Amino acid sequence: MAKFNMRPDRNEMPTQDPKVRAHNFSEVALGYTEEQAVDEALRCLGCKNMPCKDGCPVNIRIPEFIAKIKECDFEGAYEIISSTSALPAVCGRVCPQERQCESKCVRGIKGESVGIGRLERFVADWHNAHASSAVPVPASNGHKVAVVGSGPSGLTCAGDLARLGYKVTVFEALHTAGGVLVYGIPEFRLPKAIVKREVDNLKALGVEIMTNIIIGKTLTVDELFERGFEAVYIASGAGLPSFMGIPGESYKGVYSANEFLTRSNLMKAYLDNPDTPIMKGGTVAVVGGGNVAMDAARTALRLGAEKVYIVYRRSLEELPARREEVEHAVEEGVELMLLTSPVEIFGYENKDTPRDPRCGFVTGMRCQKMRLGEPDERGRRRPELIEGSEFDIPVDTVIMAIGTTPNPLIKNTTDGLAVNSRGGIIVDDGGKTSRDAVYAGGDAVTGAATVISAMGAGKVAAAAIDEYLKTK
Amino acid sequence: MYKIVEKKILNPTVTEMKIEAPLVAAKAEPGQFIILRVDEEGERIPLTVAGYDRTAGWVKIIFQAVGSTTEKLAHLEAGEAIQDFAGPLGVPTELDGLSRVLIVGGGVGCAIALPIAEKLHEMGAAVTSVIGFRSRELVILEDEFRAASDELFVMTDDGSYGREGNVCVPITELFDSGEKFDKVITIGPLVMMKFVVAAVRPSGTPCDVSMNPIMIDGTGMCGGCRLTLVKDGKRVTKFACVDGPDFNGYEVDFDEAISRSNMYRDFERKKHEQTCNLFGKGAK
Repeated sequence: MAKFNMRPDRNEMPTQDPKVRAHNFSEVALGYTEEQAVDEALRCLGCKNMPCKDGCPVNIRIPEFIAKIKECDFEGAYEIISSTSALPAVCGRVCPQERQCESKCVRGIKGESVGIGRLERFVADWHNAHASSAVPVPASNGHKVAVVGSGPSGLTCAGDLARLGYKVTVFEALHTAGGVLVYGIPEFRLPKAIVKREVDNLKALGVEIMTNIIIGKTLTVDELFERGFEAVYIASGAGLPSFMGIPGESYKGVYSANEFLTRSNLMKAYLDNPDTPIMKGGTVAVVGGGNVAMDAARTALRLGAEKVYIVYRRSLEELPARREEVEHAVEEGVELMLLTSPVEIFGYENKDTPRDPRCGFVTGMRCQKMRLGEPDERGRRRPELIEGSEFDIPVDTVIMAIGTTPNPLIKNTTDGLAVNSRGGIIVDDGGKTSRDAVYAGGDAVTGAATVISAMGAGKVAAAAIDEYLKTK
Repeated sequence: MYKIVEKKILNPTVTEMKIEAPLVAAKAEPGQFIILRVDEEGERIPLTVAGYDRTAGWVKIIFQAVGSTTEKLAHLEAGEAIQDFAGPLGVPTELDGLSRVLIVGGGVGCAIALPIAEKLHEMGAAVTSVIGFRSRELVILEDEFRAASDELFVMTDDGSYGREGNVCVPITELFDSGEKFDKVITIGPLVMMKFVVAAVRPSGTPCDVSMNPIMIDGTGMCGGCRLTLVKDGKRVTKFACVDGPDFNGYEVDFDEAISRSNMYRDFERKKHEQTCNLFGKGAK
C-alpha cells in the first residue's frame, strides 16, 4: 500500500441522482465505502501541528482519527472523535467543514483538502452499524445539572457532563428530543434515525430527557435550583422568526422557514395523509441565503413544487449556506435569484365576493434588483437598491428564511439574567451568565448560527460547570 | 403519556376532559393555553385552559370536535391517555384591579371565559356575563356561569333557549342604559369577537379579546400564530403564543385574522371526514 495518496482531488461523495432525489426525502449523500474511506484517509499527511484541529470548534484530533482509518481501525477512529464530539454522525453531515477544519488542510493549497467531514461521517456510521451498544455508565459524582433544550448545544453539554459523572436532566419543550436537528434540518440531509441514535447514546450514559417541559413556563430556572439542580445550562435555541416588514407578509402562503420546516420535519407533513397540513406544489420563493433557506427550498421541491426560487440580496459569493448545500440545491433544480430583494407580497382579493375561497392567498411577489456597494463593518459588500428595477414574479408560497431572534420565555421569567439589545443572553468566555450557576450557549446567546458552534458552546460550558461544581 | 382522569359530554359536539398533568396544573392561570398531541403521529393543537386543580394535579380542557384531532380526542375515554400535553403557555389574562367586568362568551369559547369569570368572582369583582350559542342543545356551562356571575344573559341565535339574538344585543342595551364596566373580556369565534368589539367601542370601555390562531410549537418558534395589531395607525406583528393570547380588541386586525384562520380549511374538512368515517359516523 502506498504510504500517501497524492492525488490532488478528493474521493467524491456518492449521492442519489439529483433527478430522483428531488422527489424523495431519503438521504442525499450516501457515504463512503470502506475502500473510499481508506483511500481518502491516505491523502492526509498527518501534519504534526494539526492545523485542521484548530479549525474545529470542538477540537477533534483529526490527523489521529484519520491515522486509525488508514489502519482500518474504524472503532479506534470513533473513540478519538467521540472523546471530544458528542454527535459525530450529525457533525459529519451538517458542519460547514470547508470553512472550518478543511479550510486549514495543507492539501487544500495545491488541490482539494482532505474530505475530513466525509471521513468523520464514515467513522460514525461504521460505529453505529458495527459497535455494541453497551456503554459503561460513568460512576456518579452525586451532582445534578439541568440542561434546557435538547438541541446540539444541550446534547453536547449533557454528554460531556454525564461522562464526568454528573446526573444530567435535559428539559425539552417539544415532544421529541433533538431541537433543530429534528424540527429544522430535513430528513434528506440528516435522517431522524441518526438523531434518535445519538440521543439514545446519551440516555445510555445516564442522561434523563424530559419532553413537553417549557422552561420559563412549566418550570422556571429558579425552580430548577429548588429541585436540587446545582447548575443550569440554557440552550433554548432560536426563537421568534424574523420577517422583512414588507406589505403582504400576512397573506396565507407566507411562512417563516421555521414553520415550514417544522411542519414538514417534526410534524411529518411530507408523509402521505399526514395529520399536519402544509402548502405544497406551485411556485415557491424562499427569501434568504443560509443553510435554512436551502433546506426550505429543497423541502418545497420534494413536496411537489413545480418551481422553487432562492431570492437573495447579495451575489453567489456571499451566499452564507454551505457550498455543498447550494450545489445540491441547484442540481436538484432550485433556481437562484441573486442580487434580488422582495419589496411586497401580493395576495388574491375579491371585493365583490369576499367569501371567494381564494381570497387572502399569495399570488405573487414584487422584487427589486440590487448591486453590491462598499463593504460594511463586517467586510461584506453592502447591497444597494437599483432604482426602477422592480419586477413581479407569480408565486404561491413565500418562505422567509432571514433569521430568528432569541426566545424570550426564559429571559422574561429569570430575574437577574442579563441579555443584550437583541435579546441574546450575555455570557463570559466560559458560558457563564450574569446569574450564579447559570450558563448559556448556542443560538440563545448568539442568535441563529451553526450546529457546530452551538456544540462548541455546550462543550465550553460543560467544562466551566465542572470547574464550578468541583470548587464550590 | 397523560391520563384522562374524567370525561364529560357537554353537548353533541363539545366534550370536557380532566387531564392528569401535575406540572401544568401547578402553574396554569385563566387565559393560558396548553398544546396537546393525541397520538404518535398526531398534530399539535392549542387548547385554552378551562380549569385546573393544583392539588389533584389535573387540567381541564373543553373542546369542540371540529377537526380530525379533536374528533379523535373526543373518542377517548377516561382511563385512556394522550401522547403529549405541554404548558401552560401564553400570558395569563390580566385581572388585577378590576372591580366590575363584563364577560362575553360565544359557543365553546364560554369554556375559556368561565375560569376568568370564576376568578373575578372569587376576587370579589362584580361580574356580568353574556353567553351565546346557536341553539338550545348547544348551551353549555349555564349553571357554572350563574354561580360565578352577578347577572347572566343567555342568548341563542334561534331563540330556542334564553333570549333570541346574538351576544351584542344585551351588550348594547347595557351600555345604552348607562351601565359602566372597567373592562369587557370576550372569547369566542373571531367574527363574534369582531362584532363585540364594535358594540363596545362607542362606550370607550377597554375590551380584551382572546385569540386562538393556528399554531405549531406554541413557544414562539414558528411564527404561524402571528397577527397584526394596529397601534396609532402603525401595523405591528405579534405572536399570539408568547405575546398573547389576549390582546386589546381595538387594535386587532380581525379581517386578517379571520382570513388566516381558514388557511387549511379544505385540508381540515377532508381530514375530519376521514376520521369520522373511521369512527363510523358522518361528519357534521
